[in-house]
Amino acid sequence: MFSFAPSLVGFVRPDIDWHAVAPELTLLGVGAVVTLLDIIFLERGRAYTSAMAGIGLLITLIPIVTLAAQGTTREMFGGAFVVDNFALVLKAMFIVVAYIVVLLSTNYIAEGDYWENEYYGLLLSAVLGMVLMASARDLITIFVALELLSIPAYLLAAWRKGDLKSNEAGLKYYLMGVFASAIMLYGMSLLFGLAGDTRLSEISVALSGGDAEPVAILGIIFVIVGFAFKVSGFPFHTWAPDTYEGAPTPVTAFLAVASKAAGFVALLQLVYAGFGSRDDVYEPLFWILAVGSMTAGNLMALRQKNIVRLMAYSGVSQAGFMLAPLAVIGAIGDEAVSAVVTYVLIYAAMNLGAFAVIITVARRTASGEISSYSGLFGYAPGLCVVMSLFMFSLAGIPPLGGWFAKFAVFRAVVEADTAWGYSLAAIAAVNSVIALFYYAKVARMMWFEAAPAQADMSALRIPPSLLAALGLTAAATLLFGIYPPAITHFTDGALIALSY
Amino acid sequence: MYLNTMLLLAAVLFCIGVYGVLARRNGVLVLMSIELILNAVNINLVAFGAFHATVVGQIFALFVITVAAAEVGIGLAIVLLLYRNRRSINLDQVDLMRG
Repeated sequence: MFSFAPSLVGFVRPDIDWHAVAPELTLLGVGAVVTLLDIIFLERGRAYTSAMAGIGLLITLIPIVTLAAQGTTREMFGGAFVVDNFALVLKAMFIVVAYIVVLLSTNYIAEGDYWENEYYGLLLSAVLGMVLMASARDLITIFVALELLSIPAYLLAAWRKGDLKSNEAGLKYYLMGVFASAIMLYGMSLLFGLAGDTRLSEISVALSGGDAEPVAILGIIFVIVGFAFKVSGFPFHTWAPDTYEGAPTPVTAFLAVASKAAGFVALLQLVYAGFGSRDDVYEPLFWILAVGSMTAGNLMALRQKNIVRLMAYSGVSQAGFMLAPLAVIGAIGDEAVSAVVTYVLIYAAMNLGAFAVIITVARRTASGEISSYSGLFGYAPGLCVVMSLFMFSLAGIPPLGGWFAKFAVFRAVVEADTAWGYSLAAIAAVNSVIALFYYAKVARMMWFEAAPAQADMSALRIPPSLLAALGLTAAATLLFGIYPPAITHFTDGALIALSY
Repeated sequence: MYLNTMLLLAAVLFCIGVYGVLARRNGVLVLMSIELILNAVNINLVAFGAFHATVVGQIFALFVITVAAAEVGIGLAIVLLLYRNRRSINLDQVDLMRG
């Protein structure tokens, strides 16, 4: 019983690099302030919560910028927490995405009377989990970050307590999410057993030894399957359409962009820094996931009548494109990471933009049906142009951002110069064409179909926060397409540091 | 130290848990099945930790226990919400949205 005593006496607090954890600490502080505001001022504080959350998120960008300006890779806890280029780019993306989600939520949550303080508090803690995930190079850290971003998201999905659809959204998301994370944990326990350590660098060493084959293979498969749920890859996507439809639309935007990106962040770190040498195990798995997601997502999206469900299946298909470079990562290494990060960043801009339009249009039509977009050109021509921009960008039409994202993925896949890579590129090309059908269907409805006779045709008034969100996302979508160096400046080169 | 015995126990628990999640239609029983999987993970972690003579396994298991408690708290809240609105926790009846 006393055998642990000597090791406790010898305990030394590990050095903490305060600058490296400053973004997380700032975000934690902002979340605490937002919660305190509610406790102290009660109802009077409500009007300021969303502004506080938004400003707090922008303040969190400051330490990220100062870290980027220094440009050195920082490590803590023996390599369990790393701040490198990869971490900084994705942390900045998560913060900006969260800021736009706050902009989308402001009117929706205030007018719907949906417990504002708790909403923003939970949103901020989910963002904290994502920001932490970008630095996590250790199984325990990855697990804690994953749960920190998932648990608030389960609550947010079920936010409309009295609405049966929202209950159902929360329940399905919760059950699938918890089941997936339990399976992922079982895989992690096997990997831990193999390496005797939870750091990805040690796991990489143990896996390259090549012994304990079944344990290694099972561990890798379980962990990847667990994250395939998070990124809604086929066949683990079944929760996505129902959860997206039932959850409040700003929460859906958050899940579709930030939560999916967090899953890819974890996958990239695990595969690149941890599973490295075992490409014989994970590459075929990613090939199947990528092809299945692209194809199944597209085919299901073709027959959707609800715009949010269409976006859910389009998200499954887009996840397939993001998974594609992972299927050839053994041959091209860094470049696969760059391609996925490029795609994730551009996808965030265009998908958030599309959700901003959906939220704005629903303020008038109070409907999610694609047919309710008929006659949009009559009362909101500007919105109509912006929505077409996002739809064609998602389809990958030049010169919009989505085109460059697809180009980056095709380049990476072809560069691998293997039969797997070429077959993947061919399937992806066919799928890009199929995708155009359903994106163009929305555009046709807006531009050419007449509105129902009894429709209110007065010009649609867009609140300033939604206008700001629309402007930011549209500008980013255009900029990334017309001037790709704006994004390759951040995503090219060795993003994930393997300094240990 | 019989590592294999522990791993076998954990594997059996894991399989029972997965079966429970897939076959049970009662919300609370599904939550309990998920707990079984998480306990299989804990047994694995502690057994491997002892095998490698490191405390990291036990620390990981403590994190899993803590987070599982939080998860079940949320899960029961959602199941309770469902019961309030529908008077039933049968998961098969939760199918308003399809396609």
